[in-house]
Amino acid sequence: MRVGSTFNVAFRALRRNKLRSVLTALGIIIGVGAVIAMVGIGNGAKAQVEAQIASLGQNVILIFSGSTTSSGIRTGWGGAGTLKIEDAEAIRREVPGVAGVSEEVVSTTQVAAGNQNWFTRIYGESADYFDIRQWPLADGAPFTPQDVRSANKVCVIGRTTATQIYGNEDPVGQILRVKEVPFTITGVLTPKGLSPQGVDQDDIVIMPYTSAMKRVIGGTNLRNINVQIGDARQVEAAQQQIIALLRQRHNIRPGRDDDFTVRNQQEIAEAATATSRVMTLLLGAIAGVSLVVGGIGIMNIMLVSVTERTREIGVRMAVGAHGNDILTQFLIEAVTLSSVGGVIGIICGIGASRILSAYAHWPTLISLSSILIAFLFSAAVGVFFGFYPARQAARLDPIEALRYE
Amino acid sequence: MNNGAVVKLIDVHKVYRTGEMEVPAVRGVSLDIRRAEFVALMGASGSGKSTLMNILGCLDRPTSGRYFLDDADVSGLDRDRLADIRNRKIGFVFQNFNLLPRTSARENVELPLLYNPQRLTNAQLREKADRVLASVGLAGREDHHPSQLSGGQQQRVAIARALINDPEVVLADEPTGNLDSRTSIEIMGIFQQLNERGITIVMVTHEQDIASYAQRNVVMRDGIVLSDRVVSQQSTAEAELEKAARSTREEAG
Repeated sequence: MRVGSTFNVAFRALRRNKLRSVLTALGIIIGVGAVIAMVGIGNGAKAQVEAQIASLGQNVILIFSGSTTSSGIRTGWGGAGTLKIEDAEAIRREVPGVAGVSEEVVSTTQVAAGNQNWFTRIYGESADYFDIRQWPLADGAPFTPQDVRSANKVCVIGRTTATQIYGNEDPVGQILRVKEVPFTITGVLTPKGLSPQGVDQDDIVIMPYTSAMKRVIGGTNLRNINVQIGDARQVEAAQQQIIALLRQRHNIRPGRDDDFTVRNQQEIAEAATATSRVMTLLLGAIAGVSLVVGGIGIMNIMLVSVTERTREIGVRMAVGAHGNDILTQFLIEAVTLSSVGGVIGIICGIGASRILSAYAHWPTLISLSSILIAFLFSAAVGVFFGFYPARQAARLDPIEALRYE
Repeated sequence: MNNGAVVKLIDVHKVYRTGEMEVPAVRGVSLDIRRAEFVALMGASGSGKSTLMNILGCLDRPTSGRYFLDDADVSGLDRDRLADIRNRKIGFVFQNFNLLPRTSARENVELPLLYNPQRLTNAQLREKADRVLASVGLAGREDHHPSQLSGGQQQRVAIARALINDPEVVLADEPTGNLDSRTSIEIMGIFQQLNERGITIVMVTHEQDIASYAQRNVVMRDGIVLSDRVVSQQSTAEAELEKAARSTREEAG
């Protein structure tokens, strides 16, 4: 029956001590703001990694050639040269559910056109590559399966390479010399940005793998094979079949290790996001500590306030306040401080992450759930840390309280 | 039993316990206060008058004996019921005013209404508080904070707060203890006006000249009533103020 007027009473009391109210709320503002900003940064980093992983393509299985040891020196993945073009063709032919296969060879070299030159990465791929990586062209057209079969001297280039060599000119149709072999540029890729490892993915020249092997890199081994599966539910089964198929083709006896490595996109994504998840948790926990400190600040101020306002409490009791009215009043004061502080803190936290995004170029992501949790948590902090002082106030004896100096 | 008494105490005892020791503060007081009486409760410190006042104010319960306020036995009520009685039937005036600091006179006067079961809108609260403030001569000072008011004005705010819920009895504990003599007379004048309007007043004081503004003086000593008599020559604030003004003029002349 008196809740309404108790709100009135509590708000009047808060207004009477404006500076103290603001300072108390400041603890919560900083706490909640820090939680929102930190979790925003963590989630932003996670989302960025996830987006980058997704840019590898959907339902992709990557097969790497194994490493080899020669006189105690181990080569890295792909060094063994165990993957052959025939392996890729066998996968295309025998594994069900395969939507695309791209044989891949990689090299780095100097490329030139006119009086410009640039050191970049050369990728040899099949025509499926652009579908597998979901990497459309911004300009021109990709090379065709016919180009791959004939090992034609054609290529597409990334945005960075295009800018470095041709500046503002349109590269499509121009000649790019790769190791002094003239390639015709058929298209320019849309920019993809940095990879999870921080490599500029747009600094690239992509040509048919046949052309790359024959005219640029030499050799007959693939570094890896990219396989895309049409249905996400078949990825696991396809992965097992690829392993079985390659073991059989490479004559690996049971019990011996594979001379290749198969990873699906899911596994790569999990490894990459695990780090950022831990980071989010850590940042959130550190910020959470400041929220608890803010809560203790509320309790401290409320306890001081109860002592300082003992006479006021006595007067209120003398004119008819029940113990419960006093309890509710002080609780409302604490919860108002903490939740108003929470709301302002959320606004500050969003502002801080906007600023970080804008000036430090950190990706931030603020979810509705983190806002709701922060708000509810700050209100709960008010209840938790406000209850003890409020109960102290409610238990005062009116005669003692009135006499308090 | 009822003889028009708004306050009726029957053999009231109050014993304080400090550890093993029992300290009797009030040892069998019976007292009737009729409606529209103005009673001064006197006695040296330690006489039990403060304890009796706390019992009359429903801030404390008697150890034994009965207390009827407005025909209702309040001696056995719990904390919350006593709080309700204080809210509706008793108005307090304290020696040190006990106004909320940094709070306007109006909001101070509204305070008891906030704990009244009858819910008023903010406009109603304001209107009622302003009316009572005007009746104690503070029209125009509704928005002043206690620090902006003189002692006498602060005590008037406190009196307005005591009156806001139309109490059965106003209890004043040394209401002039912190005031100079002229302001004390003014406050006594307000009490006498209220009393003429039919409001029952019980006032604790140790000053004989202040007690003489009441109709009846009850003197306590060692926890019992020593004397209870009607004041033969009641002072009136009007006459005293005039007397004071005249003597000031003579001194100046």
